[in-house]
Amino acid sequence: MKKEKIIEGFLFACAAITLLTTIGIIWVLLSQSFSFFKEVSVWDFLTDTQWTPLFADKHFGILPLLTGTLLITVIAMLVALPLGLTIAIYLNEYAPKGFRKVVKPLLEVLAAVPTVVYGFFALVVVTPMLQKLIPGLSGFNALSPGIVMGIMIIPFISSLSEDALYSVPKSLREASYGMGATRLQTAFRVLLPSASSGILASIILAFSRAIGETMIVAIAAGQQPRLTLDPTVPIETITAYIVQVSLGDVPHGSLEYRTIFSAGLALFVFTFLLNNISFWINKKYRQEYE
Amino acid sequence: MENGNIKIETKNINAFYGEKKVLHNIDLQMEANTVTAFIGPSGCGKSTFLRLLNRMNDYIDGFRKEGDVLINGVDIYSKNTRIEELRKQVGMVFQKPNPFPKTIYENVVYGLRIQGIKDKQKLDAAVENSLKRSALWNEVKDDLQKNALSLSGGQQQRLCIARTLAVEPSIILMDEPASALDPISTAKIEELIYELKQDYTIVIVTHNMHQAGRVSDKTAFFLSGDLVEYNDTKAIFTSPKDQRTENYITGKFG
Repeated sequence: MKKEKIIEGFLFACAAITLLTTIGIIWVLLSQSFSFFKEVSVWDFLTDTQWTPLFADKHFGILPLLTGTLLITVIAMLVALPLGLTIAIYLNEYAPKGFRKVVKPLLEVLAAVPTVVYGFFALVVVTPMLQKLIPGLSGFNALSPGIVMGIMIIPFISSLSEDALYSVPKSLREASYGMGATRLQTAFRVLLPSASSGILASIILAFSRAIGETMIVAIAAGQQPRLTLDPTVPIETITAYIVQVSLGDVPHGSLEYRTIFSAGLALFVFTFLLNNISFWINKKYRQEYE
Repeated sequence: MENGNIKIETKNINAFYGEKKVLHNIDLQMEANTVTAFIGPSGCGKSTFLRLLNRMNDYIDGFRKEGDVLINGVDIYSKNTRIEELRKQVGMVFQKPNPFPKTIYENVVYGLRIQGIKDKQKLDAAVENSLKRSALWNEVKDDLQKNALSLSGGQQQRLCIARTLAVEPSIILMDEPASALDPISTAKIEELIYELKQDYTIVIVTHNMHQAGRVSDKTAFFLSGDLVEYNDTKAIFTSPKDQRTENYITGKFG
């Protein structure tokens, strides 16, 4: 009996630690941001179009960092979504069983490569290649890290979507084939809609991963906060800014230092909203089978 | 062809799952506008044989067949056969109702949409027509936009039949279409089969011998991958020629 109690207590402690960590993070973000917002108005933070806390003429508009983050994430998703879904459909519908067994884990290796390697790859391989195609492409830009990040998150989409497609009942597939549908028609008209909730989950995960990705953008995107949707010029993302300040010689406790918490809070709210929206979409549009 | 009425003909069919042989030398001829029932105990190969007729076994790993299947005198396993065209000709209704998680309307027009038909009037007409033929129209005509999964099991199965009819096949294969249904729904399906044979050639696999007796013109008895006996349903049930058939229909095994 006593042993049971100890184990129970241990399990509770494990659960409590994760919960407390989350609460701790939110607490730090909120409290530090609170003192930041005592000096900078929330209105300025949300509407100012410049982010120059480290310069003499200080502006604290989060928009350039936010658009930078979004720009890179959208580029990454434009790469990862079509490729990931195509791979998922191919593996599920067309590939021989043995091939699927080998290729799926191999693809997942893509997600296990250290991100600093990707960052370096973007900077010294992809950017020079792109510069040959796009004259005038800056050495630091959003396009190259966006594409590389897209490749990195392919397995999130391909693997999880493939799992979702795999779990669609065989009976629905046969119903579709039985009426003269091709494999492609079956994939697009029956399997994708039926697996939509699982696929959406994979997209959310990939999206969150892309938004939070730091190393690739810190290395290859440049560190110039700029309100633009032009992918050929240097930009900065929220995460890259946080790295920049954390590694720099900004004094602890200063206003400049606290900007990283307000930026972090903005990132947190942003991903939180995205997660909730997708959860809501999922709930509203998911197609149940059985 | 020796007889103009022969719709489906199989010659020397052998079938294998991997090394295991599941059908032995099946020769069978089915006439147009008749109902043929396949009966036999579980694992006798009757479903495998049925699924050969629209090449539904093609995607099963390790499945292999020898021999020919002719529909309207044409070898459906020849290189010139387009499998999608074949399946438009040979519709199939499955054991468990398997409507798509879409509206009733979208379920019925699925086969037409994949053929690229977009004309709203055509689709509407096909929905009304098919649902009337499958005796479901009166029950669902006011909520065609309802999710098909909200229907009862029996209604779902009639929807699946409607969906198959919308493609206008000439043959309908039914793999134990009523085995998952209650007696009233079963009776409705059987009535429907009787109606449909005016225009279609129907092949039905069933566990239920009484069902075979009620709905079919011809009956084939399968046992362990062999076709034991094939004759008019009446003859099979009243004066079977083979001792094994008699044992089965009198309930000595199975």
